Amino acid sequence: MDNKRKYVIPGDVVTTGPFRPEQNVELQGNKIISTTIGISEIYDDSVKVIPLTGKYIPKINDLVIGKVISHTSLSWELDINSCYVGFLPAQDVFGRDFSAHADELTSKLKSGDLVAARIANFDRTRDPLVTISDRDLGKIDTGDLVKISPSKVPRLIGKRGTMIQMIEMATDAAITIGQNGWVVVSCESPEGLLKAKKAIEMVDEKAHVANLTDQVKEMLESKGES
Amino acid sequence: MGGRDATMVLLDENGIRCDGRKVNEPRRIMIKAGGLKNADGSAYIEFGDNKILVGVFGPRDVHPKHMSNTDTGILRVRYHMEPFSVGERKNPAPSRREIEISKVIKEALEPAVMLDKFPRTAVDVFIEVLQADGGTRCAALSAASVALADAGIPMRDMVAACAAGKVADTIVLDVNNEEDQAGQADMPIGYMPNLEKITLLQLDGVLTPEEYTKCVQVGVDGCKIVYDIQKKALQDKYFGNGGD
Repeated sequence: MDNKRKYVIPGDVVTTGPFRPEQNVELQGNKIISTTIGISEIYDDSVKVIPLTGKYIPKINDLVIGKVISHTSLSWELDINSCYVGFLPAQDVFGRDFSAHADELTSKLKSGDLVAARIANFDRTRDPLVTISDRDLGKIDTGDLVKISPSKVPRLIGKRGTMIQMIEMATDAAITIGQNGWVVVSCESPEGLLKAKKAIEMVDEKAHVANLTDQVKEMLESKGES
Repeated sequence: MGGRDATMVLLDENGIRCDGRKVNEPRRIMIKAGGLKNADGSAYIEFGDNKILVGVFGPRDVHPKHMSNTDTGILRVRYHMEPFSVGERKNPAPSRREIEISKVIKEALEPAVMLDKFPRTAVDVFIEVLQADGGTRCAALSAASVALADAGIPMRDMVAACAAGKVADTIVLDVNNEEDQAGQADMPIGYMPNLEKITLLQLDGVLTPEEYTKCVQVGVDGCKIVYDIQKKALQDKYFGNGGD
């Protein structure tokens, strides 16, 4: 596996041959070319590049943290840390019997509120449609918002969630990670909250370090003793 | 101070140019990726005595709204020279020349940048020339390409740029300010090294068809040297010094 991973910049040939191009690669002739700075990974039949930089581009089914920026009589607009605004229709919150003159949107969500949402639909023609009608979704009442680079979200989660589980276990915090790089941390104890925030910021800064998990663990434990 | 020395020898009998370079030797080039905190991507280039800073924003909302395109993103480039970048104070208002260079750099970057992935958005490239010494458009284009990659904008290839020209009846690589003023031709070239495609080609001067072919070849070879430096700049920032 390791020998198949490679650091690439735009224009680098990742591989040649009959592979399916996935994220951040483009097929040109029989060459597969990286379109971004990242780490290339070659699987049995497909190739992708994990980006190391860049803005968040919405993808269907992504969990994101959004901030309400405004509303019309029929919908809210969410800042989802992307070049597009999230569109949250009022029916999604009030149900199908929503009526624009009977229901007041600000009674549920006001400007500045944070919500955990899922990208329900997104194509090139319209702004992404988000939904909060699912388990674990909806308005976030407590917690601190930490902003990290969206390209480092996979690093924060770790392999099968190891990194985030470790932080949660060590600090007793509940952490919600949006794919858009916004993370909400809530914790009963102020020390745990501070420590969890510090750990997340550490992952953001040192995402490229190889034994980051050990370093984060060390930081979490050392503070605990003092 | 930009004053021309009438007795200056552009090319001596040993094939050494006025600043001590050989015929096919570029100036010292240094590129640093990143450096600006508030921009999404940035780069700084020193190309001989040229010093240029580039900041990239985007993809982001288009303002004014009517400029946006529902099919694709748009690229906006502003090339600007600081008043202190040249010997005599330059008026900071955009000149005819700056508007032209903004346009050619934009058109040189467009084939590389995959804007169709971000409809209704804009990518803004701001180029500030801090110090100019001939060949700023090539240096600016090379730096802009690094800044775009730093911002994570999807690109088919990097764009490297270098000039070639004719000085004292010889085709030389990377003409500097003196050679540009006193030389016979100047040809800036933008080149995508992996796709082997030219994205910028201008020519100021007169060349025979043979000289033209040679000039393009020399310029493209220069672009490949620039590309290696661009690559190293990005590797230094993202992969540590190791690279691969």
